[in-house]
Amino acid sequence: MKKFLDGAPNRVSDHIEEMISDKDFTFANYDEAAAERVTWSDYSYWRSTFRVFFKNRTAVLLLILLAALLLFTFIQPHLPGQRPATLINNDPETGMTLFNVQPNEEFWFGTNSIGQDLWSMVWSGTRTSLIIGFTVALSEVVIGITVGVLWGYVRSLDHIMTALYNVLDNIPQTILLILISYILRPSMSTIILAMCLTSWLKMARFIRNQIVIIRDRDYNLASRCLGTPTYRIILRNLLPYLVSVMMLRIATTIPEAIGNEVFLTYIGLGLPVSIPSLGNLINTGRGMLMYQSLRYQLIFPAIVLSVVTVSFYIIGNAFADAADPKNHM
Amino acid sequence: MFKYLLKRLAQAVLTLFVILTIIFCLLRLMPEEGYLGDSYDKMTEIQRETILTEMGLRDPIPVQLAKFYTDLFHGDLGTSWIYRPNVPISEIVAEKAPISIQMGLLAMALSLVVGIPLGVFMTRFKDGIPDKLGMAFVVLVMAIPSAVYHLFIQTYATEWLGLPMLFKEGDFSSWILPTISLSLYNTATFALWMRRYMVDELNKDYVRLARAKGVKNSAIMARHVFPNAFVPLIQTIPSMILLTAMGSIYVESLYSVPGMGGLLVDVIQRQDNAMVQALVLIYASLSIVGLLLGDILMGICDPRITFTSKGGAR
Repeated sequence: MKKFLDGAPNRVSDHIEEMISDKDFTFANYDEAAAERVTWSDYSYWRSTFRVFFKNRTAVLLLILLAALLLFTFIQPHLPGQRPATLINNDPETGMTLFNVQPNEEFWFGTNSIGQDLWSMVWSGTRTSLIIGFTVALSEVVIGITVGVLWGYVRSLDHIMTALYNVLDNIPQTILLILISYILRPSMSTIILAMCLTSWLKMARFIRNQIVIIRDRDYNLASRCLGTPTYRIILRNLLPYLVSVMMLRIATTIPEAIGNEVFLTYIGLGLPVSIPSLGNLINTGRGMLMYQSLRYQLIFPAIVLSVVTVSFYIIGNAFADAADPKNHM
Repeated sequence: MFKYLLKRLAQAVLTLFVILTIIFCLLRLMPEEGYLGDSYDKMTEIQRETILTEMGLRDPIPVQLAKFYTDLFHGDLGTSWIYRPNVPISEIVAEKAPISIQMGLLAMALSLVVGIPLGVFMTRFKDGIPDKLGMAFVVLVMAIPSAVYHLFIQTYATEWLGLPMLFKEGDFSSWILPTISLSLYNTATFALWMRRYMVDELNKDYVRLARAKGVKNSAIMARHVFPNAFVPLIQTIPSMILLTAMGSIYVESLYSVPGMGGLLVDVIQRQDNAMVQALVLIYASLSIVGLLLGDILMGICDPRITFTSKGGAR
């Protein structure tokens, strides 16, 4: 540095002096208003996030579609003129069972091989699958955050938790899912339990990494010096950072859980047939694929399933992109 | 390097041991009719107890565990009870594995050959029509449960292309659909990550410098961006190969491919506990081996990873 100042720069500054004279400069007027102006930006994280998100037209469209679909799924049984999903429909005149009826004005999605209304079955099944999805996502968030925050914030736990994570993370999730469902009798709660068992791992690790990064930032240090209780630091200073991540995980966990339910049903470990679910509908519809005229029994549930899962996937990713400050230009 | 390998290997062995033990203990909770087969209903309580005791299932768990590990070291996975009574499981697996391995390797090769160029292609035309189409493919494959699209592929592709619906060993045309179905998910994964990593690399300063120096775009892509983007993918390849090679559970049972994946579904449905246990343990070990190989490969390929610990680094 010293050398730099002694050597070449001297020559340069001499040279500059030759070229510049005071005549080239004038004093600026003192402007009080300009002096008072402070650098100020109206940047707001959430506003920018939503602005970027709403620029993505596909995602917004799917969000509206999905919201309408969810609303409809949950109010459908309360609408007038709906049949119960498990009711076996008989012809009122002849008393014969109306099985394998093609879609018509009476039965919009047709009936299945034992005469149940597929329209009601599909919505009831979507309800079941969504309840599974939401429960799994919610418990993942709750367990993931609790474990992640403890893991990241409590230093003495870090070592043992990391070791535990390394073991648990190595168990293939599909295998564990199969194993738990095989050991326990299939029902709503066992399926949800099997899915919750390891799904929170990813979330916990992510939260832990984020917390380790931000826990020692100056503002947290300041909070601690001012005597803010730990739970308040965690709730007010740390968690708001993680909202976007939670949203992304929720949005991807729901389709994953719905897909896992279909998978478990397929290998024979799913819900009993008496509970309509998308997995059950697709599994029974599978048998109808051979008969061209009965394919509607697979196609309707498959379309509803695909719309739900694809929407969640795209919305989740669009939101994660929007929540990334790198995209907030 | 050698020290790192040794350490990583020791860690893998330890993990494997812990996981096998956990899974073994969990499996003790399996429904007991799975050990007795069809005759379960006809037996009296005393008969059941006698058989279960004879099988060693009434021993304390540590004793069972010790016996399991001794058998395992002798290459003995136990015998099947219901699926094929009294046939050693290792024999059944040895019979089923080759088909799964062949098909898995084929599918893996296919997804590498299609997925990586697809990702490069999508980056090249970023935000253009090829990119959007590629993204649509990725989203569909990733978001829709594979059970659904495998079913539709099987039904409609066999109809339109006149391909056989079920697998027959000597018939090449019956390999096409299962292999393609098996490769779809990995293809999408490769395309997605290849694109993401390449876009990340393209935004880095060294690429801008290369551009400023006047290096040709194709040279930047081929010499700098592609290798740097490919390295993070390398880590995942071994586990993908191993798990694909052991057979996709769906695809194999859909097309009745006589492989490992279909076998797992079969024995679950028939509740053959001994077989379920053996297969679950095989799959668990494979995924651990896959992660180990991935880490080793990553260490070899990425010069930024050093094997000596630096002071102060966490």
